[in-house]
Amino acid sequence: MSDGNQPPVDFKVVGQRPIRPDGVDKVTGRAQFGADFHLPGMLTGRIKRSPHAHARIVSIDASAAEKLPGVKAIVTGVDLDVGAGGDIEAGEHAAAMKDVAANVLAGDKVFYQGHAVAAVAATSPEVAAEALDLIVVTYEILPHVIDVDEAMMPGAPVLHDDMYTKGVTPKPAKPSNVAQRHVMGRGDVKAAFASAGVVIEGRYTTAAVHQGYIEPHACVASWGADGQSTIWCSSQGQFLVRAMTARILNLPLSDLKVIPAEIGGGFGGKTTVYLEPVALALSRKCGRPVKLVMSREEVFLASGPTSGASMDIKLAATKDGKITAAEMELRYQAGAFAGSPVNLGCMTAFACYDVENLALVGLDVVSNRPKVAAYRAPGAPMAAFAVESAIDDLARKLDMDPIDLRILNAVKDGAKTVYGATVRYSAFIETLEAVKAHPHYKAKLKPGQARGVAAGFWFNIGGESSAAVHVDEDGGATVVSSNPDIGGSRASMAMMAAETLGLPIERVRCTIADTTSIGFSGSTGGSRVTFATGMAVVEAAQKVVADLKRRAAQTWECDIAHVEWRDGVATCLDPSKNVKPLSMKVLASKSAKTGGPIAAEVSLNAQGAAAGYGVHVCDLEIDAETGRTTVVRYTAAQDVGRAIHPAYVEGQLQGGAAQGVGWALNEEYVYNKQGLLDNASFLDYRMPVASDLPMIDTILVEAKPNPRHPYGAKGVGEVPIVPPLAAVSNAVSALVGKRMTALPLSPVSVLAAMGKG
Amino acid sequence: MARVVSISSKVRDLTGGLDAFDVEAATVRGLIRALEAKFPGLGDLVENEMSLAIDGEIHQDAMLEPLSPGSEVVLIPRISGG
Repeated sequence: MSDGNQPPVDFKVVGQRPIRPDGVDKVTGRAQFGADFHLPGMLTGRIKRSPHAHARIVSIDASAAEKLPGVKAIVTGVDLDVGAGGDIEAGEHAAAMKDVAANVLAGDKVFYQGHAVAAVAATSPEVAAEALDLIVVTYEILPHVIDVDEAMMPGAPVLHDDMYTKGVTPKPAKPSNVAQRHVMGRGDVKAAFASAGVVIEGRYTTAAVHQGYIEPHACVASWGADGQSTIWCSSQGQFLVRAMTARILNLPLSDLKVIPAEIGGGFGGKTTVYLEPVALALSRKCGRPVKLVMSREEVFLASGPTSGASMDIKLAATKDGKITAAEMELRYQAGAFAGSPVNLGCMTAFACYDVENLALVGLDVVSNRPKVAAYRAPGAPMAAFAVESAIDDLARKLDMDPIDLRILNAVKDGAKTVYGATVRYSAFIETLEAVKAHPHYKAKLKPGQARGVAAGFWFNIGGESSAAVHVDEDGGATVVSSNPDIGGSRASMAMMAAETLGLPIERVRCTIADTTSIGFSGSTGGSRVTFATGMAVVEAAQKVVADLKRRAAQTWECDIAHVEWRDGVATCLDPSKNVKPLSMKVLASKSAKTGGPIAAEVSLNAQGAAAGYGVHVCDLEIDAETGRTTVVRYTAAQDVGRAIHPAYVEGQLQGGAAQGVGWALNEEYVYNKQGLLDNASFLDYRMPVASDLPMIDTILVEAKPNPRHPYGAKGVGEVPIVPPLAAVSNAVSALVGKRMTALPLSPVSVLAAMGKG
Repeated sequence: MARVVSISSKVRDLTGGLDAFDVEAATVRGLIRALEAKFPGLGDLVENEMSLAIDGEIHQDAMLEPLSPGSEVVLIPRISGG
């Protein structure tokens, strides 16, 4: 949709829906994923993992395994050399490399079931498995704690003796499982609550959930005799894998080349390393290439889910619905090491709303679970679940339409967020209005159905990116991107280059370069690639156009100011010259005569990313006998700036909504009393499949293209997972007649709420 | 003179609890130098772990970004994503 206020745009490629460039490879099985690489002499790697939730490693005896024929190398934590550690920018914040290394292979303690303890490289999977059994690890089992609130209680087992809560003055005298306390706020919350017309309170919890990418972590590492090493792997950032692996093994970056494989989903979960340093350490020890591939069970046990959360919220409002104040405490599971996205939860919680008085406290809490990793809009969905549930309570209490209540309180351009930024180029109100005008919102519900509405926000980011544009000898073009294509970026990069060059999209191809073939780039994450790397692509294409115009002027012996570039053709505007236009094909074929190959590379640090807002509507019904919830209609609307490839953008909205529905209804890590995970498989960890969901309708709101991007793009990948938790829960709450406060809304909990438990 | 405001508890640990203070600087690079001089460790923290909202717009690693007299600079945790 368009609001009619924007100047008309006359794009030929941007905004179209060309066929996916990676589609044929993926549906025919030709695409090469992380596990598909084979090298001569390659060994099979396997990892021995902790059977305990929390234990001290007394000793590791690998002598019997080393003697097993076919075993070529065994490594443990002592083979890593992270030195001073330091931080590296990763998925949701700077990653402490000492923690990343201790997560890759344990030091003197294991902190969760599945924590890697040792690894073996052998001539066959069978020998590797036998060798794992022969490695004897002696543990001193320690008390464990799983639940975030229990981990904060006095007397809870403390995971790290050197963890003193940061953000508390004076420094605490005793170590604690609370790694950090974040505080933010403004205004006079106390006074606002004292004069409130309405007060809403609630305590909410969400479970830890996994990103659920279909491709498990996989890599091949090869240590060269000259110390030059190569890793082939599936990740969200080849440069990130290089930086982390080199740091953990104390290598110069120039000695390590990382070649990105096709990626079968990541959603933030592949913005760190698990296998790569281990595979390279094994290869270094035996001099042969080593492949490591996680099983699905290992993915659940040992790769990062996102945090489960426990939250208290209190809203103050006037009787006509204006929210005047909010208090919130957010307690997020970090897993075994510090670093939950609770600060992002605090920053996003009220980002959709203009609330004058705010007090937010966020607690980053460790427990005996796998270290969390980023997951779309890290930290935001949990906070939005509490906030959007409370706003739904407010709407019901005041008998207001939930969209009208949100419009009344929505942020507008110029408003100051609690975290310091000023709202710019936002189309939240337009998105709410688009939902209100949509046939879904106007449709009558059938008996036994209910409707939920919720909103969500994500910052979106820019950052460092590199890209190159090469003009082929026949007048087509190749775009070289620095980011793995996880959500369709090959298409959007090629489209923006084609638009800028004036070529049809069929004449532009995009490839993903390894770490030695293009300048540095941040990872594919944070909804940054179409914005930041796209900006680099457009600037590189603009340089190419400038070069083509220069060459045309040289050929015609005219002033370059008299050369116009349009639709891939140079035209001479000098009336004194009687010359024919020069197409890109002609200019490319004669490049040797005008200065050599035509190409440009741009590296930049993109600033000016614009935030996005989403509003979701969910209709559902509940089977009164089984408690099973069925979503019968779902619409996701989003402020997208301008959609470069609308079908991919719609896919992002649909995918985020599907993952959010799973988060709301079924997904959770189930631990037993021993602190062991009881559902480490897709059979028992229930993600939604296609047959669980209706077609998810989408509304792309293009009312406010981002003027800081050449084609108006905003990031779109994170926002759509933020609203669904509350959209689903608000509908379920309406149906059962009781506020649902704990996710997932499994059949058992729904039946209990209906008084049938 | 730029007005520096923080919402970060890590910053508070280095400033003795201060959340807002004034610093003389014409660019982000100058601001970081001045922060390090005023509160040892803070310049490094801001350079390596934080973003800046300069008069409302978020910047990361924008060392050359100019600061106007009276600019508001909010120190915020770095934002990335999934």
